[in-house]
Amino acid sequence: MLSTLGYASVIAALLGAAIMTLGGFRAGLSRTGGEIGVTLARRGSYFAFFAMTAGMVVMEAALLTHDFSVEYVSRVGSLETPTYYTAISLWSSLDGSILFWGWILAGYGALFAFTRRREWSSFAGSRSTPSGLAPALRMAPLITAVMGVVALFFFGLLAGPANPFGLVSPAPTNGPGPNPLLQNHPLMGLHPPMLYLGFVGMTVPFAFAIAGLIQGNVEARWLRDARRWTIAAWAFLTMGIIGGGWWSYEVLGWGGAWAWDPVENASFLPWLTATAFLHSAMVQERRGMLKTWNLTLMISTFLLVMLGTLLTRSGIIDSVHAFTEGLIGPLFLAFIGVVAVASLALIGWRADRLHAPGQIESPVSRESAFIMNNLLLVGFTFTVLLGTMFPLVVEAIRGDRISVGAPYFDMVASPIGLALLFLMGVGPLLPWRRASGEKLKRDFRWPVASGLAVAAAAVVLGMRAVYPIATLGLAGFVLATIVEEFAKGVAARRRIAGRSAPAALLDLFVRNGRRYGGYVVHTGVVVIALAISVSWTWKSEREETLRPGERMAIGDYEVEFVELWAREEPQRFVVGATFAAFRDGKPIGEQRPRMNIYPSGQQPIATPAVRSSLTSDLYLTLMAFDADGGRHATVRAIVNPGIVWLWIGGMIIGLGALIAIWPRPAGRVRAAGDELLASTATAVSTPAAARARPGADEPEPELAGASVSTPGGDAGSA
Amino acid sequence: MKKNRLWMLAGLLAIGAAITLLAAGGLSENMVFFLTPTELEAKGTEVYGAPLRLGGQVKPASVQWDAETRDLRFVITDGAVEVTVRSTGAPPQMFGDGIGVVVEGTYGDDRVFRSTNVMVKHSNEYRPPDENHDPREAYKSLIVDGT
Repeated sequence: MLSTLGYASVIAALLGAAIMTLGGFRAGLSRTGGEIGVTLARRGSYFAFFAMTAGMVVMEAALLTHDFSVEYVSRVGSLETPTYYTAISLWSSLDGSILFWGWILAGYGALFAFTRRREWSSFAGSRSTPSGLAPALRMAPLITAVMGVVALFFFGLLAGPANPFGLVSPAPTNGPGPNPLLQNHPLMGLHPPMLYLGFVGMTVPFAFAIAGLIQGNVEARWLRDARRWTIAAWAFLTMGIIGGGWWSYEVLGWGGAWAWDPVENASFLPWLTATAFLHSAMVQERRGMLKTWNLTLMISTFLLVMLGTLLTRSGIIDSVHAFTEGLIGPLFLAFIGVVAVASLALIGWRADRLHAPGQIESPVSRESAFIMNNLLLVGFTFTVLLGTMFPLVVEAIRGDRISVGAPYFDMVASPIGLALLFLMGVGPLLPWRRASGEKLKRDFRWPVASGLAVAAAAVVLGMRAVYPIATLGLAGFVLATIVEEFAKGVAARRRIAGRSAPAALLDLFVRNGRRYGGYVVHTGVVVIALAISVSWTWKSEREETLRPGERMAIGDYEVEFVELWAREEPQRFVVGATFAAFRDGKPIGEQRPRMNIYPSGQQPIATPAVRSSLTSDLYLTLMAFDADGGRHATVRAIVNPGIVWLWIGGMIIGLGALIAIWPRPAGRVRAAGDELLASTATAVSTPAAARARPGADEPEPELAGASVSTPGGDAGSA
Repeated sequence: MKKNRLWMLAGLLAIGAAITLLAAGGLSENMVFFLTPTELEAKGTEVYGAPLRLGGQVKPASVQWDAETRDLRFVITDGAVEVTVRSTGAPPQMFGDGIGVVVEGTYGDDRVFRSTNVMVKHSNEYRPPDENHDPREAYKSLIVDGT
């Protein structure tokens, strides 16, 4: 019953995707009319989302009611699994996660159609206009059409080889439950949806890129919208990656958050290219350059998302040979290939229209800082991709099984990361076009001094390794530039609008969220860099076998082994050890690292006991125990200083991104733009105003489709 | 203007070259071969001292572990060839009944694999519960009531 309903929803969604594709292309490609096209595109988008939502509800109902006649439920469900883990086992296996993928994709499609509903209503009655509509209006239907094509692929997978709604007859009475690792910690409910929202969200900029190429038109509004959608997806992806690190830290028991595992790399690769695009888009916005490059980044990001999904979901990582066992791997690979070839062909076809008129005038300028940033990010992508794919390629060609260890990734990531951190401080302070020596001296004097002071403090505190010292110094430098930027902005607002300091600060976020939200994001990145350096430098680890009553000391902590215990829970058997923990001699409560033994697992899953604080974490993992009588337990204790700042940094990034994309009412945007222009006229001699002056020496980029655009709002953003 | 572009281009090329060199060098240094005991034996002296991963099954009843010194010894086998492994640290629980493991470390002319990391092989596939190893039976003495 549920099986039939679910499959019917998938088929309905497939129909919706076909309608949005056809309608979108009809409206986007024809010269006249298109009213029917946009109506179909909009209704198709909504219908696909409705149908996929129905599919999701059916799947959740099947999971929660333990309907083992549904094939997916029979593989990931069990009567003993707690309700929470049953609900999230939607993404614990391949077919369910593709269903989730498809649902989010349909959601993005519907959201996009919804944001363009007013614009699309202007198609009505346009049939009589002989000259047709402005080309810019034809962009949105094309974007919907491209998303429709991607949706057709995913819904097609759901209707065919990845059908989660298959019928099992006779229905088993119980199932094995989800993979033990995936039902061991509540954080499993957090990062997968974030990652999917980020991954799938990259479909939107991809659709923008393909639609822009088809039209041969990548004007200002197209770019600004594409960047905004990218920021949203990027923020989810960032929080998903960091949330994944957090999960890994809380569950895997080795005391770290990131191991350069292929699955982790798969999420990091599109993050790198999307980050590159977010920066290089500003060069196109201001100077009209790098059009082809930006399109390439948008398309590459999507291709890396598809590659990441393939890597994490097809079993290809365990062995190249696992890949050919199912249909899904080859289908994904074929889709990636078709998208890559078609995109290249489109770029070649449109090369003449995308030629950039501008050029770099000086190596010391904002645009060259962005280009360096892009080169570093793409270089980073290349090295991580190489390290991730190399073992697969070697196995496929020579049959040798090799692995590329974490030291390789650390070795390439450290210098590239440091150079990016340096640019993060320099870039926002450099003016467009060219910088004068005197201005550089004035702007960089105290950030450089702050950086040197922090680096010196790090050495005094006992840091000896070069990379962490450099990271701390650069972090101090970048933070100082950010504080300087905020101080200047606040001072300008106080002078111009006569606001109090807190109100002026709020004004900066409200009026120029893109720029100041960007600085908040940068702050989050710096916090993460600091957390990595500090925890790496001062982490200490000790493994001991203790008898009841025995203590061991680590850092400023002490742990005393109290007792071993075991208990039976419905879905698992738990063996745990109780330790009394002390910090600076004072008791800080009992810690209970456990081993969870699941009936479907072959080995116990060690669950560490983590006691977090803003300064350091005490992390205990039960390594071994005396099974007969509990006379001793072997425990690994790790003291991880400052590691919570990794997660806090991730939240700061999310907050900054939210500020950056927060919609501003049109009237206010207009007023802000006017005021900005007025302020540059009145206060042109002050250095702060000279920087804030948006393109006073060049016209704003052409705003095609002026009837729907909001000019001036983002001028001067960085 | 021309000169600036030249500088820019040279700078970009230098960064690109540096990243390429870094990647190529790092890759050749950090490539770790994954071998089975049979493959390890076939490679002979060639692999002495090189970082390796060795995968196979723990030979039943070969595990010796001293909880006090945390000295761990066991034998990995693939059915044909056996390799002795030495390590420091606790063995994963439920170790020893023919479980699949991967060890990281180096192999030397004393025919002992010195491991720095012992990993039990993860598998996402479902296996029926092991009848010989019922936790309720194995950890009977530890079970507490109530909680």
